[in-house]
Amino acid sequence: MIEFESVSKTYPGPTAAVSEFSLTVPSHRTVVLVGSSGSGKSTLLRMVNRMVDPTGGRVLIDDEDVRDRDPVALRRSIGYVLQNGGLMPHWTVLDNVATVPVLTGTPKRQARLAAKELLERVGLDPAMGRRYPGQLSGGQQQRVGVARALATDPNILLMDEPFGAVDPIMRRELQEELLRLQTELHKTILFVTHDIDEAFLLGDEVVVLREGGQIAQRGTPAEILAAPADDFVRGFTGVDRAERTLSTMEVDGRTIAVDGTGRPVGVFAP
Amino acid sequence: MTWLNANWPQVIELSGDHLALSVPAILISILIAVPIGRLAHRRPKIGTPLLSAATLMYAIPALPLLIIIPVVFGIPLRSPATMIVALSVYGVALLVRTAADAFGSVDARVREAAVAVGHSPRSVFWRVDLPLAIPVLLSGIRVVTVSTVSLVTIGALIGVPSLGTLLTDGFQRGIEAEVATGVIVTIILALILDVLLLAAGRAAAPWTRTPRAKAVAA
Repeated sequence: MIEFESVSKTYPGPTAAVSEFSLTVPSHRTVVLVGSSGSGKSTLLRMVNRMVDPTGGRVLIDDEDVRDRDPVALRRSIGYVLQNGGLMPHWTVLDNVATVPVLTGTPKRQARLAAKELLERVGLDPAMGRRYPGQLSGGQQQRVGVARALATDPNILLMDEPFGAVDPIMRRELQEELLRLQTELHKTILFVTHDIDEAFLLGDEVVVLREGGQIAQRGTPAEILAAPADDFVRGFTGVDRAERTLSTMEVDGRTIAVDGTGRPVGVFAP
Repeated sequence: MTWLNANWPQVIELSGDHLALSVPAILISILIAVPIGRLAHRRPKIGTPLLSAATLMYAIPALPLLIIIPVVFGIPLRSPATMIVALSVYGVALLVRTAADAFGSVDARVREAAVAVGHSPRSVFWRVDLPLAIPVLLSGIRVVTVSTVSLVTIGALIGVPSLGTLLTDGFQRGIEAEVATGVIVTIILALILDVLLLAAGRAAAPWTRTPRAKAVAA
């Protein structure tokens, strides 16, 4: 469980990046922070593994203040997936995946063997392990990033816009893959994105942020869609957009869903 | 060629002396310039003046330097040590800025990712910064190597034997072939070391020479 207790972060300058932010991320759930740039979502995520230390408030993992943890040990205990993979270009894929186990003293051979299994787990050919990241596609690099984050079987996964830089088809595939992995692994996932569709797809709970880390609304995707808190959430989630305003239509005895422009988008299961 | 036929054992010996002066000087230059370059990259406030000062050392004329060094270090004037120190001064002067640039060439996002997944600061330097700096660093080391090998010859002026001895001796005695041999063998030595460095650099940075393969479907 991750808890933010009225966390603030101010940099020299007029506006605070984040002020008085509180949130609980329950264990084994996926919570998505969604907001545009300047919402402080990445800053909040980076507070969990102490890449950023808050200027006020505290962040707790399982009731322990992360400030009392050694930052290096803390980071090794948390899986972290970055945009663009964040892989080491000078290491093979296998060595990238084995990073943290090797850092914590697992013999290289054993760590590489485990890394091969992890590659399979994230849907990559283990033979790819001998390549360098520069030889992989963006989507493949992202899978390697996920495999690296899972290498020590951490309880917590932090994902910082991990699928932001890949094409839409690949993004969809990676999202499905993450959902599948999560049904097997039950990690506590804090996920950051600016893509509301991604947030609704992946989040058990979604937190919509406005400027400065202010929570505009939090709830399940269904709750947010059903009752957007205000115009900001309404605009950000696009509940008024044509593709989200669905209605039904009867055609030859079947019920068809049509969007706001009257375009058919699906059919209800009989 | 008759001069060379008669004197090749001396040329070989002087080549050995030449290497014994230049290789330690190159290594010392690297060992000093890399930490300074790293410091300059990490802390530009200290680093920028430090880099300027180090680079200025290259402006010190060689002969006064060769006289100051024995005084400062308390070593005999006509010793290989004097030459090695002098060459190291020039080597550091040439290399520091490239060393700083080499660390600057490392993608900050890669460094940050390394920190984020749990590399300790020491591990970030040895396993991430330094290996990724190698390609740029190497270009600087190659310049220093060629420059050092050619500078070694001035040692002959203070009586430290090297291929430069062939130059001074040849000039004094008017033997053109001896002078030509000194120049050519010096150049050959520099080229050999350069090729070795290039090979070592490729071996140390295998990721830079793997062409981007056609991505297979995930």
